[in-house]
Amino acid sequence: MSTSVLSTRNLQKKFGQLVVARDISIDLPKGARYALIGPNGAGKTTLINLLTGMLAPDGGQVFLDEADITTLPPSERVKRGLVRTFQINTLFPNISPLEAVTLVVCERKGEAGTWWRGLPGYGASIEEAYETLKSIGLGDHVDRPTRQLAYGQQRLLEIALALATKPHVLLLDEPAAGVPKGESQELFTAIAGLSSDISILFIEHDMDVVFRFASRIIVMVSGGILVEGAPAEISADKRVHEVYLGSAHHA
Amino acid sequence: MIARQISLLFDGFAYGMLLFVLSIGLSVTLGMMNFVNLAHGAFAMIGGYVTVTLMQKAGWPFLATLPVAFLGAAVASVVLERVLYRRLYRATDLDQSLLTIGIVFVSIAAAAFIFGTTQQPIELPAYMRERIVIGDFSFGAYRLFLIVSALIITAVVVLGLDYTRFGAQIRACVDNQRMARGLGLNVDRIFMLTFAIGSGLAGLGGAMAIEIVGLDPNFGLKYLVFMLIVVAVGGLASIRGAFFTAAMLGIIDIFSKYYAPQVGSFVLYLVMVALLVWRPNGVFARR
Amino acid sequence: MTDTATPLYNPQDLMRAQVRWRMLETVFWVSALLPFFVAETYLVLCTQIAIAALFALSLDLLVGYSGIVSLGHAVYFGIGAYTAGLLAKYGWGEPLSGLLLAGLVAMLFGYLISFIMVRITHFALIMVTIGLCLLFEEFGNQAHDITGGHDGLQGVRMWRLFGTFRWDLYGFTAYAYSLVVVFLCFLVIRRIINSPFGLSLRGMRENARRMPAIGAPSKQRLQIVYTISATFAGIAGGLLAQTTQFVALDALSFQRSAEVLVMLVLGGAGRLYGGIIGSIIFLVARDQLASNNPQYWYFWLGLLLILVIIFLPNGILGGIAHLLSRRKKS
Ligand SMILES: Nc1ncnc2c1ncn2[C@@H]1O[C@H](COP(=O)(O)OP(=O)(O)OP(=O)(O)O)[C@@H](O)[C@H]1O
Ligand SMILES: [Mg+2]
Repeated sequence: MSTSVLSTRNLQKKFGQLVVARDISIDLPKGARYALIGPNGAGKTTLINLLTGMLAPDGGQVFLDEADITTLPPSERVKRGLVRTFQINTLFPNISPLEAVTLVVCERKGEAGTWWRGLPGYGASIEEAYETLKSIGLGDHVDRPTRQLAYGQQRLLEIALALATKPHVLLLDEPAAGVPKGESQELFTAIAGLSSDISILFIEHDMDVVFRFASRIIVMVSGGILVEGAPAEISADKRVHEVYLGSAHHA
Repeated sequence: MIARQISLLFDGFAYGMLLFVLSIGLSVTLGMMNFVNLAHGAFAMIGGYVTVTLMQKAGWPFLATLPVAFLGAAVASVVLERVLYRRLYRATDLDQSLLTIGIVFVSIAAAAFIFGTTQQPIELPAYMRERIVIGDFSFGAYRLFLIVSALIITAVVVLGLDYTRFGAQIRACVDNQRMARGLGLNVDRIFMLTFAIGSGLAGLGGAMAIEIVGLDPNFGLKYLVFMLIVVAVGGLASIRGAFFTAAMLGIIDIFSKYYAPQVGSFVLYLVMVALLVWRPNGVFARR
Repeated sequence: MTDTATPLYNPQDLMRAQVRWRMLETVFWVSALLPFFVAETYLVLCTQIAIAALFALSLDLLVGYSGIVSLGHAVYFGIGAYTAGLLAKYGWGEPLSGLLLAGLVAMLFGYLISFIMVRITHFALIMVTIGLCLLFEEFGNQAHDITGGHDGLQGVRMWRLFGTFRWDLYGFTAYAYSLVVVFLCFLVIRRIINSPFGLSLRGMRENARRMPAIGAPSKQRLQIVYTISATFAGIAGGLLAQTTQFVALDALSFQRSAEVLVMLVLGGAGRLYGGIIGSIIFLVARDQLASNNPQYWYFWLGLLLILVIIFLPNGILGGIAHLLSRRKKS
């Protein structure tokens, strides 16, 4: 409890009659590599929206580094190091990856409010953006408009944007969604290689990937947490087989 | 004294009903296709000129021209939908606004070219020009006609939406267009018909408005604001909301013109902006 | 630098190439001086174009760069115009300080109204901008004693520019003054667009949803750009009042709001020179088409709008850019 970087207490959320978060309490310790799994519509993305402040919960609290951030606006949470990626690409179609990541770096350094100095004056931020792109394998595609990148490259950019904020808690919403299986292994190898200062919670449907990269797994079903445990426990759990592995494995 | 206020209330309500007929189509199409159609007022104007032409040139009686006004506006709207609107369903609000403003501008110039810039007079049948006197109160027969027609139209629209197959299809499209498409509904066709009916009602409203507010080439722009208020405050695709808003709008307008003419439309705009900032989805919005 | 086929992956150079001053820009601004020598009879029109261009540029900061719709930008134009006009009418006819005040008053209004604007989006935003525009227009109409209502603000007397230059009948002074002011404002706007702040504006335009997720305080940014945009619109309005020594109620109108938007989309929003090119074409066309029959100007205006939206969704400059890139590829 005392070492958790991100935790929630009894988070609640309803859309009309539909309960999408039911008494969610989770703890993410420092350096975690947690997976969040569950069938389609279980409420995984909604949970990330609640954690990052993009949705307001109906009840319950969110803590980041022990501080209650339940009412903090999303951008403030990012400033404190809680950052997410999106299941569906949420990029800047008509600006280049270099510009987009430079923007993120400038935001982090508090430079993005400056309107009286030209961008070329921010050489350090531009270089850092370029290094970030190179580190994730986009070094050769920094200059084209984002919309012209291949889908897989856009998925990488999705992560690069998050990394450039220098997060210490990273929430990845199906980072490999729509990426062919071979490439998704590569992608997760890169993610696993990130500094252990970054605590990670990732959503993923591919069980091979989950069991390989997660140190612990949280299973969600229709808005609630079914069970949480080490990979071995989860793969042995009957209920998980019934509601999740049984029904959704083919997906 | 009180009699004066009651007749003001009556006039205001009648005016509001006129605004309702003018606006209802805009509300449904906006809610359904998310298309910002600022040319809705131009369709109303078409209806008005159809009636004027038939009465002046062909000597038709007023009532007989109304169905033609409806049809004229409906047909014009379908043509424009096919040729222009269709291309912009996925475009931004801004592009949609600009395209339709462009249509309004063209319609203004076209009307001025064909009919001149002066107000168009029409001669109502005598029984509509009478005043009905009950005790202390007197009502214009034409205003009563407006109210009754609007109530009939409301009833038809509401019942049609609730109890007919087509109404159910429209509701499905408004609620969730993707789902409706998935269920195999021909959303494009449903929309086209809805759009035609909505524009037709605007045309009808335009024809009925001549006696109250006159008709000149600027009609489409002048009354657009009222229509937008009804839709914006009433909430998209909400018949009930549009009805109440239109009624209130008419009453407020008539009262403020009577008691505080110097303030003009100022209060009206102020109230509209305030309401929109307070509830951006409309005061009567379902969500 | 000569051959684009070899990739150039110095990231700082890439960024510099984006913002560098191009030869064509020099040519453009130098040719803006030509009317002094070859088209003296058109100096008045040229002044109007310069003012409209600044107004369109100010709107471009919102519509083209930040992705915020405004159908009521004439509010700030009108406020600037009345500020400058009233100052001169009631005894302070010094142009430069008057213009500065016009900008400041518009800025204040822009800042106050920005609190409303950041709360709403989409259809409601369009409605509110139209509503505010009508509100101010109606106010200008009602406050007849101050603004002159529909008759316009009469009796605006400007002092000589720098105490020296008379406001001559041909409009030499007016055009020179406007051109310099507009050029300076252009330089500032250009710098804003090429700054990190400008990049964050484009970020909001491209994806408003992502911005909070990268730690950007979008609302605050929007308020700032709204205020800046209002300021430049106010300066444009002030210029009009000072150079024509008159303010028509039309300065505040919905029509003017629509017109400036048309100029912008005609030239191409979000392209720096789009608003300028658009205002040149728009005003020259109006001068030619409307002079014999003002009524039918609306027809051409509407037709132009429809054609541009359908066939040139990125405006004339966007169309040219598209053609150039197609040629490069083949
Ligand atoms: N804004 C919203 N309004 C209403 N319902 C919503 C909204 N967002 C999500 N839902 C519903 O909430 C439920 C949970 O959605 P969520 O996106 O969190 O699922 P998920 O676990 O991420 O699923 P997937 O694996 O498909 O991504 C779904 O039934 C969805 O339809
Ligand atoms: Mg999801």
